[in-house]
Amino acid sequence: MAKDFDPSGRLPDIFTNAGTSSFTQFLTHAAPEMLPGRRPLPPGLAGDMAPHGTTIVAITTAEGVVMAGDRRATMGNLIASRDIEKVHPADAYSLIGIAGTAGIGIELMRLFQVELEHYEKIEGIMLSLDGKANRLAGMVRGNLGAAMQGLAVVPLFAGYDLSPADPAKAGRIFSFDVAGGLYEETGYDSIGSGSLFAKSALKKKYRTGVSTQDAIRLAVEALYDAADDDTATGGPDVTRKIYPVVMTATAQGTHRLSEEEISAVAEQVVAGRMENPGG
Amino acid sequence: MQFYASPEQVQRDRSEYARKGIARGRSAVVLTYEGGILLVAENITTLRKISEIYDKIGFAAVGRYNEFENLRRAGVRMADLNGYSYDRRDVTGRGLANAFTQTLGAIFSETQKPYEVEICIAQVGASPEADELYRITYDGSVMDEPGFMAMGGQAEAISGVLRDEHDTAADLQTALVLAAKALGSVGGENGQTRTLEAKQLEVAVLDRRRKGRTFRRITGDTLTTLLGHGAVPESELGETDAAPPNPAEDKPTVSAAPVADAGKVPDDPAEPADDVNGDGS
Repeated sequence: MAKDFDPSGRLPDIFTNAGTSSFTQFLTHAAPEMLPGRRPLPPGLAGDMAPHGTTIVAITTAEGVVMAGDRRATMGNLIASRDIEKVHPADAYSLIGIAGTAGIGIELMRLFQVELEHYEKIEGIMLSLDGKANRLAGMVRGNLGAAMQGLAVVPLFAGYDLSPADPAKAGRIFSFDVAGGLYEETGYDSIGSGSLFAKSALKKKYRTGVSTQDAIRLAVEALYDAADDDTATGGPDVTRKIYPVVMTATAQGTHRLSEEEISAVAEQVVAGRMENPGG
Repeated sequence: MQFYASPEQVQRDRSEYARKGIARGRSAVVLTYEGGILLVAENITTLRKISEIYDKIGFAAVGRYNEFENLRRAGVRMADLNGYSYDRRDVTGRGLANAFTQTLGAIFSETQKPYEVEICIAQVGASPEADELYRITYDGSVMDEPGFMAMGGQAEAISGVLRDEHDTAADLQTALVLAAKALGSVGGENGQTRTLEAKQLEVAVLDRRRKGRTFRRITGDTLTTLLGHGAVPESELGETDAAPPNPAEDKPTVSAAPVADAGKVPDDPAEPADDVNGDGS
């Protein structure tokens, strides 16, 4: 960590100087090898070497936001994982979902979680929702080199804004591109290989001010539609009892739906499709 | 003109300087109770003397603000770096205490001016017996305190009150009233005791029943009620610096499994207390 040996044994200056409140900026000095995007990659494409995570949807509701992700990770034509979790809480009021190279996505998500908590502890106050989104955009931008070699990762970020400009729009969704572009979405958004189909489904069904309970159903329906037409997206697996991960962020904080709650919704959706496969 | 000063003399001068600096400030106490660890500082400013370091680890300090703030940041950075590199369960209060003792020791012996601070690193365990309290003083001495400690100007007198009445089976309200009484036992005119009000106190707990981040501040009405001997339901207890009142169990900060605190007896204290330099109280 520290370049020179210090016989006194005191913490290196990088720990004690006033410096920055950002954990990633601290890492660039203290342990740059731990940052994604800081590792030299050999030339060539590496996209088929690692598992890919697929579809995530997010929907704004009257109370906040709902985010859901399917459970499949693929490697080419193979299913690498049936039960990967791609939607996580970023902090107490926001959610992050990842699509793309799973390993880098999970690293990015962990780093982002520590980044938010670190700022909160150092400054004694939470970052604004826009601040969090900008920070995440910077981290995605840092991965551009790897993205160009096939190891792209694109997150979806959504959260409950504690001080929104318009109180009716406290639930907000932000999407990103591989170059670190940041775009605020209205209503709903989806990322990943099945996102085309999920977004088409949401386009027809989404209404402004939908309740959280209805939005959860909508999200599971959208994932079902994505799985219907995209081989890389997994549908509800009733035989193994593997269902999408669904999380909400509201004024009460983040909440992950329990196994029972989500299996009830998923089974309703599957039962509905038995009668009408198109939804 | 250069004079010779013996190392003993230099050390004594520095100790005296640091002790005087610490004695000027207001005091803080840390004590275990049935539901966790209570940290209370007498503090009328918005600048904080008590804060969160990690899931189960809290920080309290007295002395010069810029100096202990410096150490606090270092502690947060070190804890987050270790937790990110390994796992959240691998961040321990003893590791932090070791880093602080090394740093303060080096500053004391190498620089002209020692840090005028006294620090407590508290780690909450599954039961009061498993709690760990480390007192680290300006010269890098570290002491493992038995369930309660006082820091600052008249720490001996405050400790005396705590020693007589401290009970690890006490509830939060009893513990808080005791802490306020202990802090108020000194500093009055003509040796009188003082009654401290909510706005004069900075209070936080490390709640042993919570998963993940256990640190909660107790402020405002809740604090006033508790000080006035009123009971407050546990669910309404304080908040973190910025978290919602009842965080979901699946917060990113939740440790994957309960920590086997009972096994973490600090049987090899990093450094014995140093008689020459005293404990700063």
